[in-house]
Amino acid sequence: MNLTLKIWRQKGANDKGKMVDYQISDVSPDMSFLEMLDVLNTQLIEKGDEPVAFDHDCREGICGSCSLYINGEAHGPDRLVTTCQLHMRKFKDGDTIYIEPWRAKAFPVIKDLIVDRSSFDRIQHAGGFISVNTSGNTQDANSIPIEKANADAAFDAATCIGCGACVASCKNSSAMLFVSAKVSQFALLPQGQVEATDRVMNMVNQMDAEGFGNCTNTGACEVECPKGISLENIARMNREYLKASFKG
Amino acid sequence: MALDSKIPQGPLADKWTNHKNNINLVNPANKRLIDVIVVGTGLAGGSAAATLAELGYNVKAFCFQDSPRRAHSIAAQGGINAAKNYQGDGDSTYRLFYDTVKGGDYRSREANVYRLAEVSANIIDQCVAQGVPFARDYGGLLDNRSFGGVLVSRTFYAKGQTGQQLLLGAYSAMNRQIGRGKIKMYNRHEMLDIVVVDGKARGIIARNLVTGEIERHSAHAVVLGTGGYGNVFFLSTNAMGSNVTAAWKAHKRGAYFANPCYTQIHPTCIPVSGDHQSKLTLMSESLRNDGRIWVPKHKKDVEAIRNKTLKPTDLKEEDRDYYLERRYPAFGNLVPRDVASRAAKERCDAGFGVNATGEAVYLDFASAIQRYGKEQAHVKGLNENDAALVKKLGQEVVKNKYGNLFQMYEKIVDENPYETPMMIYPAVHYTMGGIWVDYNLQTTVPGLYAIGEANFSDHGANRLGASALMQGLADGYFVLPYTIGDYLADDIRTGPISTETKEFEEAENKVREDINHLINNKGTKPVDYFHKKLGKIMWNKCGMARNEKDLKSAIEEISQLRAEFWKDVRVPGDANEFNEELAKAGRVADFLELGELFAKDALVREESAGGHFREEYQTAEGEAKRRKEFQFVSAWEYKGEPKDAVLHKEDLVYENIEVKERSYK
Amino acid sequence: MSGILNSSIGRKFAMALSALFLMVFILQHFAINILSVFSPEAFNEASHFMGTFWAVQYLLQPVLILGVIFHFVMGFVLEIKNNNARKVSYAKNNGSANSTWMSRNMIWSGGFILVFIVIHMIDFWVHEMNVKYVAGDMTGLIDPTDPNSGFRYYEELVVKFEPIWRVALYCVGFVFLSLHLLHGFGSAFQSIGANNKYTKALKGVSKVYSIGIPAGFIFIALFHHFTGTH
Ligand SMILES: Cc1cc2nc3c(=O)[nH]c(=O)nc-3n(C[C@H](O)[C@H](O)[C@H](O)COP(=O)(O)OP(=O)(O)OC[C@H]3O[C@@H](n4cnc5c(N)ncnc54)[C@H](O)[C@@H]3O)c2cc1C
Ligand code: HEM
Ligand code: SF4
Ligand code: FES
Repeated sequence: MNLTLKIWRQKGANDKGKMVDYQISDVSPDMSFLEMLDVLNTQLIEKGDEPVAFDHDCREGICGSCSLYINGEAHGPDRLVTTCQLHMRKFKDGDTIYIEPWRAKAFPVIKDLIVDRSSFDRIQHAGGFISVNTSGNTQDANSIPIEKANADAAFDAATCIGCGACVASCKNSSAMLFVSAKVSQFALLPQGQVEATDRVMNMVNQMDAEGFGNCTNTGACEVECPKGISLENIARMNREYLKASFKG
Repeated sequence: MALDSKIPQGPLADKWTNHKNNINLVNPANKRLIDVIVVGTGLAGGSAAATLAELGYNVKAFCFQDSPRRAHSIAAQGGINAAKNYQGDGDSTYRLFYDTVKGGDYRSREANVYRLAEVSANIIDQCVAQGVPFARDYGGLLDNRSFGGVLVSRTFYAKGQTGQQLLLGAYSAMNRQIGRGKIKMYNRHEMLDIVVVDGKARGIIARNLVTGEIERHSAHAVVLGTGGYGNVFFLSTNAMGSNVTAAWKAHKRGAYFANPCYTQIHPTCIPVSGDHQSKLTLMSESLRNDGRIWVPKHKKDVEAIRNKTLKPTDLKEEDRDYYLERRYPAFGNLVPRDVASRAAKERCDAGFGVNATGEAVYLDFASAIQRYGKEQAHVKGLNENDAALVKKLGQEVVKNKYGNLFQMYEKIVDENPYETPMMIYPAVHYTMGGIWVDYNLQTTVPGLYAIGEANFSDHGANRLGASALMQGLADGYFVLPYTIGDYLADDIRTGPISTETKEFEEAENKVREDINHLINNKGTKPVDYFHKKLGKIMWNKCGMARNEKDLKSAIEEISQLRAEFWKDVRVPGDANEFNEELAKAGRVADFLELGELFAKDALVREESAGGHFREEYQTAEGEAKRRKEFQFVSAWEYKGEPKDAVLHKEDLVYENIEVKERSYK
Repeated sequence: MSGILNSSIGRKFAMALSALFLMVFILQHFAINILSVFSPEAFNEASHFMGTFWAVQYLLQPVLILGVIFHFVMGFVLEIKNNNARKVSYAKNNGSANSTWMSRNMIWSGGFILVFIVIHMIDFWVHEMNVKYVAGDMTGLIDPTDPNSGFRYYEELVVKFEPIWRVALYCVGFVFLSLHLLHGFGSAFQSIGANNKYTKALKGVSKVYSIGIPAGFIFIALFHHFTGTH
């Protein structure tokens, strides 16, 4: 396949940046999207140009590093996959592919396609935990049975990989899906109840302080989320938050 | 220096308790005066950082990803072992200990493994308390799976994402401490050297990967939880960034490197699809329960399959070679990992590989689908001779068991494994070798500790499934935070360590020199060129089967490649900016040294054990032959070039377990 | 509870409450208006009651006005804030791949509704206020001096729907309301945290309401335009 790539190039955080066109030939349909970029980068280096910077690590859809906005969609046109799991067979010979970084005020660009997602971490610092020390004499794991349905729902929420596709695809750059996934996981487990009030308040306050937009329930996040995190989690977080607000 | 493993006295079962009772403690007020650097935020580093901070130490934690949550532990799938005996099937600390030592082919340290088994149950309690959503049964209690090589069901899991859930648990514990200010987190930082002051590890040199700044960080002790070095093979199931740099820099500063040649090669991974391939993906071993492995019997059929004039499903039974069933009639497709891997390689080397690159064998579910389909038809009272119906019913059963794996396979390969056999090939997966540590997890450099996959301690020559997660968390939550106190107790009056010393200066300059060399080299070939070449050498000569001749030539070739690398590598861009090629270049430079030591270690180890198979040392049936005189840990001391490394031996003593031949008959 | 309007979820919640309130109001408004199709008398009775009953006039009416104002002001505030959350926009964005047009354009549908409401208020409400509180005529009669002249509401309604431009404006206004509600109805429930096993069923109700009610208003306008005898 021969393709035209339109890629966002930006030298550093303070650079203005622009879209640059590249031609790439002999792309195999078996390549992953990132392997296609590897090939481009090898060519760029050999020509004496700077390679395109993008985040990646596990390349199997679990670490949440990769983060490309491909042809107007977070992680590209395929569903329930991350960019690293997207394969070139989803494209046709002669296609033009736009490749952009996540766009959000709370995700400033570091270089080219790499953005700074530390705002996500700071939200987790604010309350994404259960306060239990490592003592070696915590109560036995089976002392509190947990209804399977709740355990499974908590697990489903917990599979969020923190990639930020939800923010990137939301017209409001809202981080609600991400935050609600963590709030839900703990809200569904008995271990999470004790700190429920503070947790949701603190996490939402931090989310707001980071400059994410407000959810208007367009549902784009749920569609683009590579892990299929459900909008139900946002509703649950809204409930948790309101409960917490009325408690004081 | 003589190796002192510092194994406590007393009966095996009491060693850890006695040791904890006897080591020095740091009182809580004094812990505030002590800084600890933890490099790595995987299961090992993450859990250690959180626990040290809970105890009151000031922790600085480092990882090269943009968040601790992305450490490679996130990718572990299958599960974590613990001797909880929830299933009441007779599990116990001793049994877990026994299985682990035996699984490691009697090349691990008894006392360490016993302690691992002992604290394993605490891990599960701790994780549940943190909100890790392990799988549960309908009664609301924790569920277990059974894993290869053992007779009990002791593996806890969270669907196929156990590593993710455990790591997010450790990450949440870290977050709590970051929020409290007890951990200062340095993301996108790469450790490039250890600073040793007066014989003690007192800090590190790190590069800020965003700005390119070289930073000095001091502490009273340094802990490395920097993971495994499987990427020395270029292609592995490890993440792209997994590297040996931290461990290797520690080695160069005096930490002995143990058993570098012990590598686990996993038989069922998705094969390489072309030269563009950047990494390999694991397909759970459980598939071998129902899949039959084969290649065509005749070369002409291989050709026809490769150029797609023949479909594998059309090849007649008598023209197929079910080589595992042929060679190992007793165990068939369920032979251990190393045997299955070697057998696949043997067939492919002989020219029977079934894909374009010639490196793939079939894992076929057709007979399982038939068998299950007939069974279902029978149970449901339907027509067992209706082929379409039987196939449909059979596929449903297989889907229930392995649906997610089949889907993952289909996404990558674009073939439907229900209709046509899967293609698989072995891939590098885990490294048992690593930095040598004593019972306290301290390396040969005082004040420098190594935990998780980065150390060598618990898995001997072969790791059992679901025990790496256990080890990482055991080290980080329950072992290191206490043993490190013994060392730090002497440091309560030391005060903050200054970074304005000649040792820091020297280390920083060395780091700068290397970086400048790489940037200014302006050679002709990108870093990946060398990495791929190294990977090829490693794979072909230090892979699943090794022999003296190949190992010797590998040593030569790697050392030449290293020289070529430093002469001809091209690193674009600047040092003072985000520059992934530069980071990669540094890592490959270290792999190029480690690779040579790896080959040397494999050459010296004139026996076969676990993941290390020397063709010269096999039984008549082609099984691994251990040799009594090699019942030791090889710990290598750095002396300049890898070829000059000096071997130290730690003899392994088995007092609580009888050393036996592994047999699959 | 303090400062709930300063938090994102608090604002969302307030927005949803105001919207739910408006939806109830519109349902009630529709119920009265549709009477005009079947029975001018009943319509007149109901209008007179609503127009003169103290609780409606002095309690509900101000709440409604504040509700509308709150809703659109908040709508604009949120829109501005949300736009600020993304400084650089995408060179290529394929919104239709993951969300409906309605959900992405609430500000436009809402904006048009606002224009409509303003005109509507000038048409009916300003006139009402003039008659009732400026001129002081609380009788609701066509001729306040003649108790037998009958209520004026139906008459006025029919007159209003004579000009085709107003009918057209009505139709367009309600098409936008329909688009607004097609997303807004379900959205309001999600905002207050109601997403559960009933959500599927609610989607059906949402469709019926969001299309049915505006279509009904349009029907009323057309009905009077074409059948109006004056
Ligand atoms: C695909 C796959 C599946 C697996 N499944 C299982 C399983 O089911 N059960 C099981 O028990 N085991 C499994 N394993 C093995 C297990 O996941 C790993 O051995 C274990 O997670 C390693 O943890 P760790 O904390 O030692 O290192 P890692 O998780 O690799 O963490 C390394 C950390 O060190 C940091 N780091 C490295 N170098 C530097 C540097 N120079 N400077 C700064 N930071 C650095 C990284 O940023 C990272 O934070 C699997 C492995 C793979 C590859
Ligand atoms: C006056 C002009 C109006 C404007 C400018 C306006 C604007 C908006 C905007 C921008 C939103 C999206 C905000 C969000 O979802 O959080 C919204 C939501 C909504 N609007 Fe309106 N609107 C107007 C009138 C109306 C009317 C008359 C109704 C109902 C009869 C209505 C019903 C709704 C509903 C149900 C929602 C969804 C609330 C939620 O998501 O919680 N709007 N409006
Ligand atoms: S919710 Fe989904 S899209 Fe958002 S960060 Fe988590 S995995 Fe990514
Ligand atoms: S690189 Fe890890 S999810 Fe894509």
